[in-house]
Amino acid sequence: MELYKLTAHAAMDLLNKKEVSSTELTKAVISRIESVENQVDAYLTNTFESALETAKNVDAKLASGKTLLPLEGVPMAIKDNICTNGIRTTCASKMLENFVPPYDAFVAKKVKAIGAPMLGKLNMDEFAMGSSTENSYFKKTKNPFNLNCVPGGSSGGSAAAVGADMAMYTLGSDTGGSIRQPASFCGVVGLKPTYGRVSRFGLVAFASSLDQIGPLTKDVEDAALVMNLICGHDEMDSTSVNLPAEDFTKALSTDVKGMKIGIPNEYMGEGISAEVKEAILNAAKLYEQMGATVEYFDMPSLSSALPAYYIISSAEASSNLARYDGVKYGYRTENYSDLMEMYKNTRSEGFGNEVKRRIMLGTYALSSGYYDAYYKKAQQVRTIVRGGFENAFKKYDFVLSPTAPVTAFKLGEKTADPMEMYLADICTVSINIAGLPAISLPCGIGKDNLPIGMQLIGNSFDEKTILHAAYAYEKNAGLELKPQI
Amino acid sequence: MHFEDYEVIIGLEVHAELATKTKAFCGCSTEFGSDVNTQCCPICTAMPGSLPVLNKKVVEYAIKTGLATSCEITRYGKQDRKNYYYPDLPKAYQISQFDMPLCVGGYVDINKDDGKKRIGITRIHIEEDAGKLLHDVIPGKSLVDLNRCGVPLIEIVSEPDLRSSEEAKLYLEELKSILECLEVSDCKMQEGSLRCDVNVSVRPKGQTTFNTRTEMKNLSSFSAAVRAIDFEAKRQIEATKAGEKIIQETRRWDDAKGENYAMRSKEEAQDYRYFPDPDLVPIVVSEEQIEEIRKTIPELPSAKRERFVATYGITDYEAGLISQSKPMATYFEKCVDLKETPKTVANWLLGDISKTLNEKNLEPSDISVSPEDLVALIALIDKGTISNTAGKKVLSIMFETGKTPDVIVKEEGLEQVNDGDALKAIVEEIIQNNPKSVEDYKNGKTNVIGFLVGQTMRASKGKANPQMLSPMIKEILDNM
Repeated sequence: MELYKLTAHAAMDLLNKKEVSSTELTKAVISRIESVENQVDAYLTNTFESALETAKNVDAKLASGKTLLPLEGVPMAIKDNICTNGIRTTCASKMLENFVPPYDAFVAKKVKAIGAPMLGKLNMDEFAMGSSTENSYFKKTKNPFNLNCVPGGSSGGSAAAVGADMAMYTLGSDTGGSIRQPASFCGVVGLKPTYGRVSRFGLVAFASSLDQIGPLTKDVEDAALVMNLICGHDEMDSTSVNLPAEDFTKALSTDVKGMKIGIPNEYMGEGISAEVKEAILNAAKLYEQMGATVEYFDMPSLSSALPAYYIISSAEASSNLARYDGVKYGYRTENYSDLMEMYKNTRSEGFGNEVKRRIMLGTYALSSGYYDAYYKKAQQVRTIVRGGFENAFKKYDFVLSPTAPVTAFKLGEKTADPMEMYLADICTVSINIAGLPAISLPCGIGKDNLPIGMQLIGNSFDEKTILHAAYAYEKNAGLELKPQI
Repeated sequence: MHFEDYEVIIGLEVHAELATKTKAFCGCSTEFGSDVNTQCCPICTAMPGSLPVLNKKVVEYAIKTGLATSCEITRYGKQDRKNYYYPDLPKAYQISQFDMPLCVGGYVDINKDDGKKRIGITRIHIEEDAGKLLHDVIPGKSLVDLNRCGVPLIEIVSEPDLRSSEEAKLYLEELKSILECLEVSDCKMQEGSLRCDVNVSVRPKGQTTFNTRTEMKNLSSFSAAVRAIDFEAKRQIEATKAGEKIIQETRRWDDAKGENYAMRSKEEAQDYRYFPDPDLVPIVVSEEQIEEIRKTIPELPSAKRERFVATYGITDYEAGLISQSKPMATYFEKCVDLKETPKTVANWLLGDISKTLNEKNLEPSDISVSPEDLVALIALIDKGTISNTAGKKVLSIMFETGKTPDVIVKEEGLEQVNDGDALKAIVEEIIQNNPKSVEDYKNGKTNVIGFLVGQTMRASKGKANPQMLSPMIKEILDNM
């Protein structure tokens, strides 16, 4: 087996047994990137030199007889909206094309602290707004399972890189499905932690009350390992919760006997493609065979989640992105004769269409006279959706649904109609609205070799249950996915 | 109708910079006067991905102010974003409080000549300051200094209870003395740590409803506020009398020109699109916390004023002036503790010391003469070592040099001449040189003695003991 194909935990085992060096692992992944990047277009910035430097240090540590920390020496990469000290962080926007942060995000610090060779920064939809990574100012990432298709978004680069073995794991961010939906499209595992679980410090804000950083990995065990690494309290983020550290790998068991699973009818009805529906039903059947019980239930509030999500996320974005005004850093127009013109031209030229659309939508939703009808109403919907899930978790250990209504669509297929694109998030946004954890993992292969993902939604701060159930499924399903490259 | 037929209605919004060591949402220093852009970080310059974390002291200071002004303190506060574009505001929103301020419904009593008047406080909320634009450092360009950006402020909003610029001034002075006393703000107006916006409307006396008001923002001194109010009240009364309609607008006060002009009307007012800041968590205030803060509130100026009258026997007027400034009141009590007569200390504080502070544009906290040295100076005068006149001179040198009074007296040779023989020699010479005065005295004009005392003082360069001179001159003249 090629080294670059290894899961992170398999690589760790080989490192600890000294059967392979971190430099060998890193070099293997780098040469993989060099050979397929021109087809996949996952990376915006490469940091191979510093990754090899880190690998060298890890090898020296290993040679001196010291034991490695979990994930130490395992090469990985980071979505380009997570700030990395001294390394360009663009958010895939012309606005931040040359922005080099003088600080590390909380998670970037964690990764650095354990000596993970960081290979580079990954493509995404501009400012994480989109579901196909086609909104990147720089390049369009392709789906490794079918190069004519999108990798999903907004963490399309993070998902494609893992799916194409161009990193052993990656970090992404999820505001309305941006980790789970691309994970589903690219046949990898993606986990959005409970809101507050992972510090947002250094994550360039899209919608502050919804954004969470999470792992994209080759299997469930890796997801648990990366969660161990990135979770934890951070005083620099007021919304970061102060909970004792957990070892998520302890949750990994194949025994799901007696577990109660709920499937909301709203996520199995109209708009969900037949092959996706079938894959979910098969997964449910497998869970039953493994000793769990499956029930269908109604959660009518879910139908309001998508509009509420687009109001709240756009409102927050309109304020969060106001700082890109050409004054302090980032892009500034060359054409202006006064302050107002500088603002207008900088923002008109620096932002892409989707970002501008959401800023306008959000500005409108917060405007005096419309606030009550839109923003306030959306917040009320949020409370209702949260309540709906709370009720569900009184009965079920976790909630099961498709991650996305369809498999990966063709490049350019949905770019003309924003509403069509927004529907790609129909199954994922409610989880962010409610602040809950959810994991997406492959549960089938649809037509054109495209992976199908299922979503396991957990109760607040109960990542363990969904990791447990996901692990059990993965071990029992024995799904074989074969990327095109 | 005359001016007297109208009543002026004034409401004030006072912004006080809090005296916290670090900024409201990051660890940067709040110190004033540092080099431009040396006190900023990724957070207060709004770098992508940075997040605010509220400084607990900010809440404490705001609550302390609320308690000292008899406000109700909220148990659950939130912070909101006020969105607008300006180069001195890097996030393009100010973190403030919109509909759930920390403190509501308090009051401040002001002391008018005809008695106390209670001025309502609508609310006190916390927010952050913006940076500062520097124009034409590079000709034709504007630069921005973000040192002040994120410095915590409280905004204290009064009810429209004030009826004259004089009342407004008394209210501002009382508020300033409370903030100083609580040590929540250094209230240095010349450094911009206290600023106010004034809302003014007028109405015919007897009318109970309010008319349209106008607002003037960012007045940087109490006297500017007084002038701005007087000007605007007069403008509105004249306009009303001329049958014009007052429109709700923001007007800019030009203190140098002594006039204001329209800046923007209500229709042009910005939509700040306030919404709860999702980066911050609710401010939950417990009963215990409030009680802890209450314990830290020192004696307030109004209580101090009453105590000074009762304990030290100084007048209400003197007590009012001294207690208004915490440094002044502390200084006063230190001197009294050193066994000095309260009345004498009050005279010096409100006389020469206040005069010097005014001349040098200093605050009472800047008094460079220690209480010990002032008491020593008063003792030198009491003992007759130096004259009262020389004492004033010594004080001014003490202010300049920081030297002790006895050193100055020696260096300047200001000891009073109490030696009868030495004085007699000078007096005899003066009398010899003024034969006209001797003649006048013999003709019964005894007031020449005063003239001759003055001449002697001058000849002795102020060192002669004036008390000894009159009898001595009279004796010599009588014996001539």
